[in-house]
Amino acid sequence: MGDEYSIKIRDLTDDEYFFGHKACGGCGGSLAVRLSLKVLGPRTFAVLPAGCMSAVGFIFPQMAFAINAMISTFPGTASMLSGIAAGAKALGLRDYAVVGFAGDGGTADIGLQALSGAIDRNDRIIYICYDNEAYMNTGIQKSSLTPLGARTTTTPAGSKGTGSRTTKKNMFEIVAAHGIPYAATASVGFIPDLLRKVNKAKQTAGTSYIHVFAPCPTGWEYEPSASLQISRLAVASGLWYLAEYENDGFSLNHDPGEFIPLRDYLSAQGRFKHLGEEEIRIIERNRDEKWKKIRRDWKHEERTL
Amino acid sequence: MSKKLFLSGNEAIAFGAKLSRPHVIAAYPITPQTVVVEKLAEMVSSGSLNAHYLHVESEHSALSAMMGASAIGARTFTATSSQGLVYMAECLHYASGGRFPIVMMNANRSLALPWSIYGDQRDSLSLLDSGWIQVYAEDAQESLDLVIQAYRIAEDIRVLTPVMINLDGFALTHTYEPVIIPDQEEVDAFLPPYANPNIMDLQHPRNLGFSSTPKDNMEFKYQQHAAVLCAKDVISDVDAAYGKRFGRRYGGLVSNYRTEDAECVLVTLGSVAGTVRAVVDEMRKEGKAAGLCRLRYMRPFPEAEIAALSATNRAIGVLEKDISFGYEGAVYTNVNSALLKAGHASPVLNFIGGLGGRSITREDIRSIFEDLLAAERQRAIDPVRFVNLGVAAHGR
Repeated sequence: MGDEYSIKIRDLTDDEYFFGHKACGGCGGSLAVRLSLKVLGPRTFAVLPAGCMSAVGFIFPQMAFAINAMISTFPGTASMLSGIAAGAKALGLRDYAVVGFAGDGGTADIGLQALSGAIDRNDRIIYICYDNEAYMNTGIQKSSLTPLGARTTTTPAGSKGTGSRTTKKNMFEIVAAHGIPYAATASVGFIPDLLRKVNKAKQTAGTSYIHVFAPCPTGWEYEPSASLQISRLAVASGLWYLAEYENDGFSLNHDPGEFIPLRDYLSAQGRFKHLGEEEIRIIERNRDEKWKKIRRDWKHEERTL
Repeated sequence: MSKKLFLSGNEAIAFGAKLSRPHVIAAYPITPQTVVVEKLAEMVSSGSLNAHYLHVESEHSALSAMMGASAIGARTFTATSSQGLVYMAECLHYASGGRFPIVMMNANRSLALPWSIYGDQRDSLSLLDSGWIQVYAEDAQESLDLVIQAYRIAEDIRVLTPVMINLDGFALTHTYEPVIIPDQEEVDAFLPPYANPNIMDLQHPRNLGFSSTPKDNMEFKYQQHAAVLCAKDVISDVDAAYGKRFGRRYGGLVSNYRTEDAECVLVTLGSVAGTVRAVVDEMRKEGKAAGLCRLRYMRPFPEAEIAALSATNRAIGVLEKDISFGYEGAVYTNVNSALLKAGHASPVLNFIGGLGGRSITREDIRSIFEDLLAAERQRAIDPVRFVNLGVAAHGR
């Protein structure tokens, strides 16, 4: 079911605003940036902190952004966005978007303070987190968005370790707890849904936040051609969900009903290969507890994805 | 018409900022700077200052936001101190490398540990290499004048480098003196609107703040260095132009007092220069030829002006509220380098005082001058001396 924010793929511009970059084949993050910019258009100021997208997009003199864009400090995505928004307002600019694209570490760890401040001020910025579940640019280290059990270079799987010992910090609900005007979760596996959410963020009068599930073939160990399939399996298995927060309420966009076996998602990636039945049962239990709450507390409006 | 008000150093900074018409101000409190952002908040809420006032969540964010605003062509102002300054250290290097002409006031304050809210200059001097132009004010009037001048220096197309205006915490930030507030139209005529062609622009999109490979990186850094060197001429021109319009000249990179025929010269920076000047007069009355060189700018460093102090049989001292642990004061290292290159052969002594806010008294300064007059005979004594040290000095 579409609404006034929905964008038909055939209406999407052929213009490219992020191209010629050096991202890995199958990179979920670069797809999220490219698609989002097609919705936001040429009158966009983009900020990218130190991380994968800035590392692959701004190597002088080969600049990969056709819009105004700059790299911020690692902790400074949201604060630099706030400065741009404040400057644009003070200078009397009209009809523009201010967007940030930061990874999971840049958002949930080192950039959380600045993001919280921007939401608190309700600065008119769009903050998009492309979540590839670890510090990928530095070579796959654990972040607070690395899921339980995932193997990274700082959470190796050895005789005494079974990968990440912590679960994903819930950024979606953390930003919602600020009373943010608009927040959503999305996935590069569900492109029309992502486009609609970016479009909605563009038209939000205050701060908006979109958390995009963005698989990383290099860090997750799977074939680059499988990125969209992996994204869809994550939603079908209930380990990721598509939802929105606005007007003080959560709504679920899609309920997969009966989940596919977790193994179908986990076994498709090298980072989970070491997990035994016991660990998978814990992941399953966590998922079920979360979904119990989602189904009990959130509004559910099934959308065509 | 200009008017005269009784203001603290902090308030003078706020008036200077207001007269410079910043588009965006980032505010985060820290003693002893807080009065600056409070005063600016009053000005914005009363409507006398038309600026976007951003309540940021940290000093790091303050400077990060200023870079964002500056990158799209807004004039920006912020203020900080001590722990806040070092917390934004990453952004200091970032702002100078990005060539963002931000103006920031820093209230010089001691760094923890131990905690102390009182003044010394270790905060800014530990960041001498962050690529910012660093200037040290002596009084409230100079503080106000420096803000207006700083924008003209920072925004000069040959410079495009941020400026840090340093005021001694409490000694200058919290003491009151009569300050002439220039007329807004006069300031507008002196300081044109910020116009930088290298900004993000909706008509001509640009990618800024990029990365570069070893093939190009060194050239970017060299050009940054050259711009700060170039600021020497710009600072001198701006000082002259300001003097012509407003009647106050400060002497550019340094301000000398009775140095021409001096037998010994004390080089220092900040508000203690006022006390040194009074002691120079006392010594002169006693027939002792003392002189003062007040460093106004630490970056760019007044190398030629320091070299010009060198004279046969003239002892030179450096008094600073700073120590680079395990060596000597950073100002002394800089002054010594310039003197060495000029072939200076007479003694050069370092006086470390005022750490953690301890007062430097007239008596202390008299004793420093006596040390300088005796320096030739006492070459065996450690040239790095701590003023009024309460524990036994460690031999070198």
